[in-house]
Amino acid sequence: MNNSPYFLKPASVQSVMLRVLLALLPGIAVYVWFFGAAVLVQIALASVTALLAEAAMLKLRGKPVMMFLGDGSALVTAWLIALTFPPIAPWWLTVVGVLSAIVVAKHLYGGLGQNPFNPAMVAFALMIVAYPSLMSQWPAVGFTDFLPQWHAIFGPRQLDAITMATPLDALRTALHTADARATVAGVLGSQATFGNIGGKGWEWVAAGYFIGGIYLLQQRIITWHMPAAFLATLLVVSSGFALFDPTRFVGPSFHLFTGGAMLGAFFIVTDPVSGCTTPRGKLIFAAGIALLTWIIRTFGAYPDGIAFAVLLMNIAAPLIDMNTQPPVFGHKRKGDGRP
Amino acid sequence: MSALRQLFRFNGGVKPAYHKEASTTLPIAVAPAPTRLVIPLHQSIGGPPRPLVTTGDRVLKGQRIGGADGNVSSAVHASTSGTVLGVEMRLMPHTSGLSALCVVIEPDGRDEWMERQPFDFHAATPTATRDYLRDAGVVGLGGAVFPSHLKLNAGKQGKLDTLVLNGAECEPFITCDDALMRERADALLKGAAIMRDMLAATRVLVGIEDNKPEAIAAMEAAAARTGDDSIQVVAVPTRYPAGGAKQLIRVLTGIEVPHGERSTDHGVQCFNVGTAHAIYEAIALGQPLISRIITVAGNVGQARNYEVLFGTSMRDLIAPCAPLPDTDRIIMGGPMMGFLMPGDDVPVVKATNCVLVGSRALFPPPPPEMPCIRCGECAKACPADLQPFEMYWFSRARMFGKAQEYHLFDCIECGCCAYVCPSRIPLVDYYRFAKSEIWAREVDKEAADQARERYEFRLLREEREKQEKAAKLAAKTAAGREKAAAALAEAEKPARTPEEEAKHALIAAALERAKAQKAQVQPENTGDLSPEQQAEIAAIEARRAEIREQAKPHLRQDD
Ligand code: SF4
Ligand code: SF4
Repeated sequence: MNNSPYFLKPASVQSVMLRVLLALLPGIAVYVWFFGAAVLVQIALASVTALLAEAAMLKLRGKPVMMFLGDGSALVTAWLIALTFPPIAPWWLTVVGVLSAIVVAKHLYGGLGQNPFNPAMVAFALMIVAYPSLMSQWPAVGFTDFLPQWHAIFGPRQLDAITMATPLDALRTALHTADARATVAGVLGSQATFGNIGGKGWEWVAAGYFIGGIYLLQQRIITWHMPAAFLATLLVVSSGFALFDPTRFVGPSFHLFTGGAMLGAFFIVTDPVSGCTTPRGKLIFAAGIALLTWIIRTFGAYPDGIAFAVLLMNIAAPLIDMNTQPPVFGHKRKGDGRP
Repeated sequence: MSALRQLFRFNGGVKPAYHKEASTTLPIAVAPAPTRLVIPLHQSIGGPPRPLVTTGDRVLKGQRIGGADGNVSSAVHASTSGTVLGVEMRLMPHTSGLSALCVVIEPDGRDEWMERQPFDFHAATPTATRDYLRDAGVVGLGGAVFPSHLKLNAGKQGKLDTLVLNGAECEPFITCDDALMRERADALLKGAAIMRDMLAATRVLVGIEDNKPEAIAAMEAAAARTGDDSIQVVAVPTRYPAGGAKQLIRVLTGIEVPHGERSTDHGVQCFNVGTAHAIYEAIALGQPLISRIITVAGNVGQARNYEVLFGTSMRDLIAPCAPLPDTDRIIMGGPMMGFLMPGDDVPVVKATNCVLVGSRALFPPPPPEMPCIRCGECAKACPADLQPFEMYWFSRARMFGKAQEYHLFDCIECGCCAYVCPSRIPLVDYYRFAKSEIWAREVDKEAADQARERYEFRLLREEREKQEKAAKLAAKTAAGREKAAAALAEAEKPARTPEEEAKHALIAAALERAKAQKAQVQPENTGDLSPEQQAEIAAIEARRAEIREQAKPHLRQDD
């Protein structure tokens, strides 16, 4: 380098991405414990697909393949897809999902750093719209036999014995389609899928992601703004409505500890490329996602709303950023600059 | 006396490895007498001094060889006695490799001082004192080389609250202020007292980063010896760039000098500790500024601080420090904000606080630049509270107007953003590039305005002349008319100095570019500039061409 600064902090995109992957491990471990090793198969499948797709796209776009492949960003996308898709989804669902994320959402928009939408959430949204039933088949908690799961992924599929509706799905279905007298308490008490706090098993997976999230905060890879705003908003909105009518609206612990809430709070909402970057913008962005998530979960047709909420807020991100620019040194107050 | 006082903080900043120990193990040494001195005439912000000597003149140590050109300028002196070998263009200690007028002196080895007389500033008017300091060549020694006499002005109210002495020295490797404070604290504080009196300031705060305990102790002891409790030594947290003037003022007083205003409007003036020492020498000893303390560090066997005569070649300076064989560059200043030298045969000047010897091993070339992932690290590190990645984005896209909307001109080029960027984007290069382009367009606009005015004026004059001619036609002979026309053409041609000639070449080139890219910028924060800023602009202007060259590889359109 010919110009200052002549020395740099030993930081790299690669090390950032690797630490994100590391942070996912506790959650993954709990996931395997409760739901079996199928998710590991999905992670492997997604990773290989993502790396191949990334390499192919880089080559097509005339970019240095090894340099960019090593940045690890494709792996993060792949893992997030594997963790948000049902672990017993057929293999091609994952492959198509990863391809749509890497090829369409990432590279067709200009590659690393350019994508306006969160690639993993693009994949999730596309697949749940195209294959709603496949995207809703989740393994029963505690049923960790590997062989049937393997068959579910690679065929022949025999699902009845091993699937169970997710807590979010079960609650929504019960409240929306069962008889009109169904109440939250009644539903929660009646089915095996619900645990003490959120969904059975899910609450522990969420705890695993939470630990990973704390690690990311400690490593200063993410700032507190987004997770805090996301979780706080979800907490406040769901508490408010649950207090207002506890028979129709489920309480905050359920919202926070089921589905993708924790994963979303620390790993998805915080995607720097497609989100807001100013401190105030981050708060608004994450709060917006939480609000939309709650609305979609409560009133929408899909079991979990995080993907759509994220994509909607991605659209708003540049506008939010523009209007939340922090004051620049010396521009804070006109007149006396005293504190 | 030191006191526990409330400190304030500035946002951002980084903590690079400091590497300061190596050069503080030995006391300050006097650099070996050079065999030749090449003293640039233009060593400060402001107008270049006029040469006062010619080839063959004998000069004494401390004799003025360059006279200040107007008030915004500063004199230059012979650093030792000897013979003037010539006044000629020589390579400057400047990245661009430009040359400028220098006085080349062959020392006679006698080191004979001119007559020195202390200046009784108590008896003199403030203006007389300022003129004296201007002619003593005292400029800011923190690196900005702003003429000190211009800053020793009590301002509108006729008095100031606080004189801040900057001993923070936050750049890695550099320890010249540290050494000065350890060894010459008393003299330094005498200089501070003079400055305080000139500014009619009520207190003096000396800010020193807390990684310099010896300097703090020495300064506290010296402050105690003065028995003057208006002088306080304050340890400030070590965090680069705590030594930035605005940052240090913020930390010590809590005042955040608003954009476009001066610190004196808020009752604060800030000087480097080295400047205080120079003022002491000028006023109390009658010695003009002819040398300074310089850190030689980096890829050398023995790093050390030297008292160096201006005009000494950097090669001669680093020789006794035993530069290691893999040395591949010389940097003036520190690794965060320093400048690459065009070679080692450039003179040491007033702005030289450190000669940093570099190698590939010490400053490895950065890994290839990756795309920005908007991680926001740069924004967290920026002490000016900017959004560096937005400025980077718009600078790269050549949307300079947008870059300015993101306060490009509030960037102090401290390098924190580039230091932390995980994508290893040379962010500061982009800002330098964008700034220089914007200044170029400013110049274009001015030139165009001038041209238009000239044109309109000519139309007017031609109209008038036509009328006059019609009246006098009969009386005029053909020969007379021709002569008049020739005279007119002569009068119209502006007299150009070589400098203007160069400026015109620049303007022409800039106009070309402006034509090529129609995008219009409306520079917003370029109005009402202080002399500091204007001087900065001049410096930026000089770096322009070279920066554009360096930035080229980064400016791929598709990425
Ligand atoms: S630190 Fe680098 S990669 Fe991160 S936002 Fe700033 S410029 Fe982009
Ligand atoms: S170089 Fe400029 S943008 Fe970068 S950190 Fe320093 S002030 Fe901020």
